[in-house]
Amino acid sequence: MLSNLQEIYNRRDLLYILTWREITVRYKQSIMGMLWAVLMPGIIIFAGLIVRYAFANASGKSLAISDLTSVAVKAAPWAFFVSSIRFGTTSLISNTNLVTKIYLPRLVFPLAAVSSQFFDFLISAGVVLSILLLAGTEWSIQILWVPVIVGTLVTMTMALAVIFSAASLFFRDVKYIVEVILTFAIFFTPVFYDSAVLGPWSPLLLINPVSPLLEAMASVVIHHQAPSFVWLGYSIAVAGCLFTVAINLFNRLDPYFAECI
Amino acid sequence: MPDNVLNVEGVFKKFFRGELFNSLRDLVPAVANRWMRRAGKRDLERREFWALRDVSFIVKQGEAFGIIGANGAGKSTILKLLTGIMKPTAGMIDVRGRISALIEVSAGLHQDLTGRENIYLNGAILGMTRDEIRRRFDAIVDFSGLEQFIDTPVKRYSSGMFARLGFSVAAHVDPDVLLVDEVLSVGDYLFQRRCLERMHSIIRSGATVVFVSHNLREVAQLCQRSLLLEQGQVEAIGPTDEIITAYYKRAQRPRSNGINGNDSNVTITKVTVHDDQGPRMEFKSGGKLYVTIEAYARSRCDDMSVVIAVVDDLQYKFFDTCTQRLGADAITLERDQTLKCTFEMDLPLAEGTFHVHAYLHRYLTGAYDRWFSAATFFVTGAPEVRGIVTLHPKLKTCHVSPTPDEDSVGMSSSDLLGM
Repeated sequence: MLSNLQEIYNRRDLLYILTWREITVRYKQSIMGMLWAVLMPGIIIFAGLIVRYAFANASGKSLAISDLTSVAVKAAPWAFFVSSIRFGTTSLISNTNLVTKIYLPRLVFPLAAVSSQFFDFLISAGVVLSILLLAGTEWSIQILWVPVIVGTLVTMTMALAVIFSAASLFFRDVKYIVEVILTFAIFFTPVFYDSAVLGPWSPLLLINPVSPLLEAMASVVIHHQAPSFVWLGYSIAVAGCLFTVAINLFNRLDPYFAECI
Repeated sequence: MPDNVLNVEGVFKKFFRGELFNSLRDLVPAVANRWMRRAGKRDLERREFWALRDVSFIVKQGEAFGIIGANGAGKSTILKLLTGIMKPTAGMIDVRGRISALIEVSAGLHQDLTGRENIYLNGAILGMTRDEIRRRFDAIVDFSGLEQFIDTPVKRYSSGMFARLGFSVAAHVDPDVLLVDEVLSVGDYLFQRRCLERMHSIIRSGATVVFVSHNLREVAQLCQRSLLLEQGQVEAIGPTDEIITAYYKRAQRPRSNGINGNDSNVTITKVTVHDDQGPRMEFKSGGKLYVTIEAYARSRCDDMSVVIAVVDDLQYKFFDTCTQRLGADAITLERDQTLKCTFEMDLPLAEGTFHVHAYLHRYLTGAYDRWFSAATFFVTGAPEVRGIVTLHPKLKTCHVSPTPDEDSVGMSSSDLLGM
């Protein structure tokens, strides 16, 4: 596993340029250009506002401004997660030419897909930041948790992208399964609502390792509370294990890529 | 003693004929099948075949090594194993140093990016760092001859420009081992020349080169040693000249019949090259060559002449003649008659490989029968000339004028000749 990461480090310029290619190509010949990076999280935030408004109406409570900002804070990482997995899954298949004709450390393909989405995430994070400033959100020392949370999310996303990219190379079904799961995953993940809504059942929701990260995000940015260490620790452990498994699995399958694609 | 840069030992490679299971529902039966039968690594299952069988060779530091063989002999598979695109089914491959392949050099180009952007992209894909690309950028653009179009998206390029861009980047990677597979057919004549020169300079710089080609003359020019592959197995390894000779001797030459080949009334049955002693393949430059053509008529044919042509290894026809032009009458064959005619020729040829085409020609209506590359012969014994023919050069004078300041110490022509 270390030798793989070493190889990626040695070819970091390749990773950089492939990431740059993904970003450049995505925005070439498009009218909206970089605005696309904001559109996806924008739609999620908008949908979240409607859901939140409906919740508030149904329960007869008034809609607090923190409800709205917490949706915004959770929507951006969620959009990053979803589109990274989506592009990561097809990253090997869509580079068939390079996989079969030129030798590269193939790990760069899913990693570059995630990195290019991370670039979009940074843009949308900027937008979320300006929303927070407009809403007059206060800041606290808890904000220092954000790098840990984002780091865990990125590790987990990379791991899944690596696994799915290799799996879909062998079986095209994987692409469709992933697509379906991603479409409905927003219902199993506390993006529009908080896990507390489920009351005693909330741990069930937090088993999804992305959930504690989103909850922790809202907690440290909006509510100025330290995240739940148990659940955050759980997410970090899952991310670490997934990453190790992903790299080793990818490594085992790598020799068969050129023939089986 | 120079180090072995490439060490290939007992390499086997198995391929699957037909489609792999590509959906989950196909996986279950396939896995069950494999588990039940437990086939070993070196056993072939149904629909599998060996692309390479027990291939071993060594390439030394700074050597240019050729791999020749017919289509499907496994040449490209070897290169793919050497680059690491594929792994061998069994056996060991040991490569020392940075390996770079002039194979599919345009695969890394992206249609939507400009030439400039693609140089960075392709350079990184072929193993250069951004810094290296930046330093060689001007040289790459210069080599490609695409200065004017460097900021145009490559989707607007012609296919020739596209290939040139890819090759130009690849040619500027500094490899320890360079693998080349028939890329020299890129671009126009001038660009091909530039590519060949570039390869020579890479070889001179001490890199190790593995060269795969059907163009045997190029192999002979570049490589000291070669490997002959036949159906995935090593047939011979040795000095390139001997290997090329072996290749032609082994090659089964299928009759390529003309348009009206099969239903023709008369067939060329045998073409032999020989000297006054008997059949042979090697001839001395300046000696005599005899070509004998035999034919058989199924029914009456008239007004025929026998044509022979000699082509070089690139199929360039530089000579032909026929019985009629040599003063014979038109030939008429009755049913079941046979024809045997022998041409005698001088061989003012340079060293190389040549092929004989034979035709039975009918005045006005065209060919009765034709046999391309009916025989092959080699010419040796003219080391002083290169090309197709020898014009029998002799050095008359070669004199260097004395240097102006030290005119007493002039270099004599014999000094020059001794160099």
